Amino acid sequence: MKQKQSKPPKRNFIQEFKNSPPDVRKEKVRKFFMGSKESDGFCKLFVIYALLICIGFVYLYPLLYMISNSFMDMEDLLDTSVNWIPSKLNLENYRNAAKSMQFWNSFLKSVVIAGVPTVINVIVCACVGYGFARFEFRGKYLCMGILIFSYILPSVVTMMPTYVLYSKFGLIGHLTSFVLPSIFGQGLNCQLFILIFWQFFRQVPKVLIEAGQVDGAGYLKSFVRISLPSAAPAILTVFLFSIVWYWNESYLTQMYVVGYFQKQDLWTSLMVELKSFNDNYGSAMAASSTSGVTQSNNESIRFAATMLSILPVMIMYFVLQRQFVESIDNAGITGE
Amino acid sequence: MAEKVVETKKQKKERLKKMKPGRLAKREARMGYIFILPWIIGALVFLIIPLCQSFYYAMCNVKFNTRGGVNFTFIGRENYMKIWASDPDFLTSLSSYVVTTVISAPVIVVFALIIAMLLNGKIKCRGLFRLIYFLPVIVVSGPVMNMLSGNGATTISAIDASLIESFLQNYLPTAMATTIATTFGNMTQTLWYSGVQILIFLSALQKINPSLYEAAKIDGGSSWECFWKITLPTIKPMILLNVVYSIVYLSNNEQNVIITSIQSTMFAASKGYGYASSMAWLYSVVETLIVVIFAVVLMTRKDVYQKQVKKAKKEAKKQAKLLKKVQRREMKHEAKTIKATKA
Repeated sequence: MKQKQSKPPKRNFIQEFKNSPPDVRKEKVRKFFMGSKESDGFCKLFVIYALLICIGFVYLYPLLYMISNSFMDMEDLLDTSVNWIPSKLNLENYRNAAKSMQFWNSFLKSVVIAGVPTVINVIVCACVGYGFARFEFRGKYLCMGILIFSYILPSVVTMMPTYVLYSKFGLIGHLTSFVLPSIFGQGLNCQLFILIFWQFFRQVPKVLIEAGQVDGAGYLKSFVRISLPSAAPAILTVFLFSIVWYWNESYLTQMYVVGYFQKQDLWTSLMVELKSFNDNYGSAMAASSTSGVTQSNNESIRFAATMLSILPVMIMYFVLQRQFVESIDNAGITGE
Repeated sequence: MAEKVVETKKQKKERLKKMKPGRLAKREARMGYIFILPWIIGALVFLIIPLCQSFYYAMCNVKFNTRGGVNFTFIGRENYMKIWASDPDFLTSLSSYVVTTVISAPVIVVFALIIAMLLNGKIKCRGLFRLIYFLPVIVVSGPVMNMLSGNGATTISAIDASLIESFLQNYLPTAMATTIATTFGNMTQTLWYSGVQILIFLSALQKINPSLYEAAKIDGGSSWECFWKITLPTIKPMILLNVVYSIVYLSNNEQNVIITSIQSTMFAASKGYGYASSMAWLYSVVETLIVVIFAVVLMTRKDVYQKQVKKAKKEAKKQAKLLKKVQRREMKHEAKTIKATKA
């Protein structure tokens, strides 16, 4: 991106400044602080950076507070002189929280609960988005209208009949109750994903597809071989957002996959465990401890549990940060 | 004197519409249906039928019998009457939901726009800032937010909101002052919900043609004017998008009291599915109304240029009509005079 320019020889600004006559000097000082037509002055830049850093601090504050508190033991919590940095690195909280949440078990199950519907979402939404973008048929705009309407409509309206339907077929407490809607393009935020794909496939030049058809590619082949490979940024965007949203979803997960009354111990996810952390903590610790000495539930342990449940997505975010941050840019939501 | 019929664009469009589609068009349409078939089935099974069903549920008393079946007894609008007459909790949470949404959605969007504008300049470490501002999108979820706010991580002790609150209470009615003060108090939460919006604005801002600004600057426009005359009109569709996204997000997320109360009502023995359905219907009507009102307000305000274009078109139409009238009258007059001379 950046073009290499041959650097001009270094000027000694201070020397130059001292040698210049006083009115030029004044002008230079003014230019430095207030800026000129070509460049922003020091004042403006200072205000911008100060604002950005302050806002950034407000953004990070809850997380920093949580991380620092999650390492504190009981003494540090009560000690008013310990504000941010715990006196010693105390991993006991994490150990207890992980034990109470059955970390590895729920982690693997969360991965499955988030992963399987996501993969299906990507495939189905790509198909539907392509259908909307590429073909003209009667009732297309009605369908798009319904699509947007169903995005605005809160999911609680259709929740009751859907729950009845699932329980009639015995799907409550199975992964099928998440897979089924996403096969039919009605998964979590699928409407958004369809719109992203629609927007993206509209930008694929029609000439390309026509050329493919002249060379004998059918409709399916021109979709799989021509359109889909060019939609890689959109696929990535949908994949990342879908997996994050499914990971963070606990309301529907608890309803459908886990089962509201938690009769079956078949499925669970980290978010659902976190939701009922306060209720489960005491019994889980009492059951697992052999010595009889259990640590009582305090905010450090709760923060440690929260940290554990968001840690996997955080790690994913920091590894794939570029893809995440540029995903919206690449998905072409804002047009070209 | 047969004039050649000149087809206008509109007529051509209509003619093409009336024409029967050819074989290729038919086949393409069929393929289109096949591609969106999963969605059509899904919309029927998971959206339209449940919607009708829940409308029916809302007018029923739904009871589970001992054999696992469901009994419906039709009671009309009694559920809604019960909500209005004897459920003050739901009504207060609904009204507070409306107030907070109407206040915080614009706050989120304006805030996102400001941050995006700040980031849009020549900023060093833009990537780092973007990373920080987008982080909440990854982290935010119902249980996490409950844990954080429940244990005092979301209120920054250094920023004292009570001062603002007491200041506001002197000048505004109490109900308004407290809601505004709580919005300020939950500033971190409000900020946390604006990650996606910032990125959408930023990517829209970077796609504005820089030559527009250059031209404006040559004509002597200040950056303040540039913002109102160039930036804002260009990203207007994105503002609408972000407002709708924010409202939907605020209403569907788990922090919302109403959502959880509907769920607990659904499984409560005394109230059941019917009552919960009527609550859900009431809620969704309110939410859709908010979205529609915002959309109408944002969409109907055309900018000056468009207004003038419309005015000019109207004027031109009027002129054309007048001209036709005059011509017709002249023709009539001519015909009359010809007749008169012949006679």
